[in-house]
Amino acid sequence: MSRIDQVFTALKAQQRCALIPFFTVGDPDLSCCLPTMHAMVESGADIIELGIPFSDPMADGPVIQRASERALKNNVRLLDVLNVVKTFRQTNTTTPIVLMGYANPIERMGVDAFVKTCHEVGVDGVLVVDYPPSEARALSQALAPFAIDPIFLIAPTTTDERVEEIAGLARGYVYYVSLRGVTGASHIDVADVQAQLNRIRQHVTIPVGVGFGIRDGETAKSIGRFADAVVVGSRIVETIEKAEKEKIPHEVGQLIHELRQALDNAL
Amino acid sequence: MKPYDMPSNDGHFGPYGGTFVSETLIAAIESLKKEYLFVRDDPAFQQELAYELKHYVGRPSPIYHAKRLSESLGGAQIYLKREDLNHTGAHKINNTVGQAMLAKRMGKPRVIAETGAGQHGVATATVAARYGMECVVYMGAEDVKRQAQNVYRMKLLGAEVVPVTSGSRTLKDALNEAMRDWVTNVHNTFYIIGTVAGPHPYPMMARDFNSVVGRECLTQMPDMIGRQPDAVLACVGGGSNAMGIFYPYINEANVQLIGVEAGGEGIHSGRHSASLSAGTPGVLHGNRTYLLQDDNGQIIETHSISAGLDYPGVGPEHAWLKDSGRAQYVAINDDEALQAFHDLCRMEGIIPALESSHALAYAMKIAPTMSSDKVLLVNLSGRGDKDMATVAERSGITL
Ligand SMILES: Cc1ncc(COP(=O)(O)O)c(C=O)c1O
Repeated sequence: MSRIDQVFTALKAQQRCALIPFFTVGDPDLSCCLPTMHAMVESGADIIELGIPFSDPMADGPVIQRASERALKNNVRLLDVLNVVKTFRQTNTTTPIVLMGYANPIERMGVDAFVKTCHEVGVDGVLVVDYPPSEARALSQALAPFAIDPIFLIAPTTTDERVEEIAGLARGYVYYVSLRGVTGASHIDVADVQAQLNRIRQHVTIPVGVGFGIRDGETAKSIGRFADAVVVGSRIVETIEKAEKEKIPHEVGQLIHELRQALDNAL
Repeated sequence: MKPYDMPSNDGHFGPYGGTFVSETLIAAIESLKKEYLFVRDDPAFQQELAYELKHYVGRPSPIYHAKRLSESLGGAQIYLKREDLNHTGAHKINNTVGQAMLAKRMGKPRVIAETGAGQHGVATATVAARYGMECVVYMGAEDVKRQAQNVYRMKLLGAEVVPVTSGSRTLKDALNEAMRDWVTNVHNTFYIIGTVAGPHPYPMMARDFNSVVGRECLTQMPDMIGRQPDAVLACVGGGSNAMGIFYPYINEANVQLIGVEAGGEGIHSGRHSASLSAGTPGVLHGNRTYLLQDDNGQIIETHSISAGLDYPGVGPEHAWLKDSGRAQYVAINDDEALQAFHDLCRMEGIIPALESSHALAYAMKIAPTMSSDKVLLVNLSGRGDKDMATVAERSGITL
């Protein structure tokens, strides 16, 4: 069983919803990264998604775009992201790490080399935003021999036929994008998300996480009642953007703590 | 030989092209693909398009024998396909008319576009006015400053111009921003991409709409000289004017196809936009193609004297034509393009766009090495009115 499966199995037994924070590696710099990750875990994060900086993050809104730009100003590379995971694993061998990014830096490194390094450093899942199933074959094949899960997005506009196709490829969990548009947009329609999750679960048997638009305890709580996981991205990146550098781990930890409490209180 | 039939059903040109977009965009792309594949074979649509191209754009554009220029070079004869004479002054309108008609068919009252120099923005604003659609054009903040006149033209035509301040604040960032608008507003919005890039079906669609250029040449050349040219040359930014003139010639095995990229200050200076000549394959803006990128897969900033060629990628079909050897790609530097610009002004009374001047410059480079019975056909993709300020500044003149 992969680390991601273990987390979901344990949470399911406790009837709890997974909390998955996201931030971009190297924002505002590399030194903040590990303390922030550890603070996330201590405050109740179950899985961490790490963003790989890219110069042209087409599917992201302004907040996550700016995070990429800050990281690139520090010359943070895919290899640095992988190194962060390696160091994290020296003290934490249980919290799953999912890398999220765009195809080009990965293809530049080489899909096979990337996957091999992911395996060596202890990455648990990979989400390539601009690899829909039809373009993800090489990556899926490369991942297959390892316990690294290919994570896929499902949108409100994804047809049943495509959900079925994604169900056949995805492992770990699928990530339902609760909004039309890019990351960081507002307005989340809880009833609509619930109806969509019911639809998705007719095809998908692995856990379904919900992201894009979860900004506070209130929405996390209402989504957490029926989702297997909530993913929080832009809100965390905003916190990182606003905080003084020394205080980032603490402030992010506080936010995670609030979200964790809201989720657990929903029970 | 098997006739050329790219792309495959899923939009691949060999290893290039494809649909590298987030799942959030797939439904929009699928519905566009379905609609486009229908109109592609729909006689009523094609008839209406032909009418628009004739009466609104002013097609067919003539081919002109640049005799004085050819004589001065003392070699091959240079012929110019006069896309500069189209309404709005460039080939870009061939594509925007087609895509706007498709938008109208799909019931989308709002069109958006990305633009670098502003030529595609102007062509989009023009057709939006023509069909009564709302129009928003994304333009890098740097380009808004550099191309003030085209910004004003777009506004006159009723478009809203949104300066883009993310990334390098140029064309590639405008494209990212337009994609973000599209995924958010897809219910009422059609995204008119200005070149043969983007996810499938855009590269095919923009090629098809521009290929009226090459189809006209296929009949015009035999009428003029009794045969097809020995080579067809076009500048390559994203590659739409080049695909437009190349595509109908691909099965004409004796006609050489030459794409001319922007060599900027020279390939070795690192300041250029020659993705095919100096780039490596990667994934950007929804397709796999040659890109200018660093060792870590980040897209790097490009340079060219002509804003319309200043793009770090290139249409995926060109990547395929390069690898398969059917077309050759070369680079022309800023200075060489400028020289060709001035020569055409002085010798033929035609002011070419700086983009087109790159193709012309390469024709002028090889013409003297060829005998005088050889024929080079250059796609003169646009006129140079928009480039007055750039050229004057280079000569130390303030207008
Ligand atoms: C006159 C002209 N030619 C060429 C180009 C380059 O685009 P493409 O390579 O798609 O033809 C442009 C772009 O703005 C242009 O305005």
